[in-house]
Amino acid sequence: MEAADADSQWKGRRAQPFLIRLAHWLNVPLLLIMAGSGLQIFSAYPALGARGALYGWYPWQGKAPPTWLRFGGWLAGARHWHFALGWFLIGNGIIYLIYMGARGEWRRRMFLPGRDSRNAVLMMAYYLRLRRAAPPIDFYNGLQRLAYSSVIFLALVEVLSGLAIYKPVQLWWLEVLFGGYDSARAIHLIGLGLLGLFTLVHLVLVALHPRAIIEMITGGKRG
Amino acid sequence: MASEMTRRRLLVAVAAGSALAACERMAVGSGFLESLGRWNARVDRFLFGPARLAGELPPAATTPGNAFPSYFISDDMPFPPAGWTLKVGGLVARPTTFSLDQLQQMTRIDMRVRHHCVEGWSAVASWHGVRLREIAEAVGADPHAGYVEFRSFDSGYWSSWDRESALHKQTLLAYGMDGENLMPDHGAPVRVYSAVKLGYKMVKYLTEVNFLAEPSGGYWEDQGYEWFGGV
Repeated sequence: MEAADADSQWKGRRAQPFLIRLAHWLNVPLLLIMAGSGLQIFSAYPALGARGALYGWYPWQGKAPPTWLRFGGWLAGARHWHFALGWFLIGNGIIYLIYMGARGEWRRRMFLPGRDSRNAVLMMAYYLRLRRAAPPIDFYNGLQRLAYSSVIFLALVEVLSGLAIYKPVQLWWLEVLFGGYDSARAIHLIGLGLLGLFTLVHLVLVALHPRAIIEMITGGKRG
Repeated sequence: MASEMTRRRLLVAVAAGSALAACERMAVGSGFLESLGRWNARVDRFLFGPARLAGELPPAATTPGNAFPSYFISDDMPFPPAGWTLKVGGLVARPTTFSLDQLQQMTRIDMRVRHHCVEGWSAVASWHGVRLREIAEAVGADPHAGYVEFRSFDSGYWSSWDRESALHKQTLLAYGMDGENLMPDHGAPVRVYSAVKLGYKMVKYLTEVNFLAEPSGGYWEDQGYEWFGGV
């Protein structure tokens, strides 16, 4: 799949270079604490929509998430954790993106529609047993690239919608971008749900392909 | 210029100090969270644009009266003492006591903005009252008073603010809500209402406004909530 010059680009490079592995594993505690403190904050008003104008589509109005999913003890504690670790999550993401850009890693990791769409569809057909053989796979298959690119976009939505509800007046343009304060707050929670869903699928798939876990720890062989 | 810079640095340091004091009382307090709390207090202050106005909302956005939450810390609803007045003092040229009538004779400002509670809910009402900015001019507030403290007859509930937020165009001493006189559950006779702070900063059942050189914490702030509390 890769052109000859692209092949030489990965020569001597590990499948998972150190900075990618570092950023990946830092995400584990960071996302767990962000999710837990976020749910603790949400528990102070476990509803979506403004007072007197709750959203009709949200099925769990007034139902707080279970205690074991929460972190930070109480509202003020959770806010301190959330606003403290948020910076580290943003920093981790920025370092990761700069590294991917500078080292050309995005080329083998990110979803490029022209290159990966067909492969993603064929891969999905293979998973659904509509096709007997998997399409040719280089570094990642099209579906993997789609998933990993989507989750970066999702992280961006989480950061921006979070900032929108953190300072809805000062960062009014972010509030507008997400359709208002209560809408931004709903998007922030839905984003958390999608991140949770991604993590669940991710865990199942790497359990089925344990080599991916080894590579994310050791870095894998040099190419 | 130089003295202005020094003052700014001092203000930031004092604000950070008060955030630190708040964190020390937190059950989950730790050196890490304290440092980040100080950093976030600076971010909060940095993001605040003294001239930036919150968007005013149309009448249709108004929250139905009984759906706009209200609370007080006293066991029973606080009612104003007979002969209620508002004392404005501290670092001012002319400490003054205002009656409700006197406040109502000053320039009346009406605004309908979104209310942001630290718990995450929002609600909308229109508020009317007098800008604290006008009161500050009337009493001759000292330019070196970088902080403003609000005190109440609700079991001593209080909060202290940075001067810039207190003198923001959308910070009122409100005596009316949704076109009516302020009701006891929303802080009658006079409460602080602002478009640029979280709800817990807006002291109800107001008795005193003091211009200060140092912040004096607050009821929730001293229990661990952010001191700046901007939105």
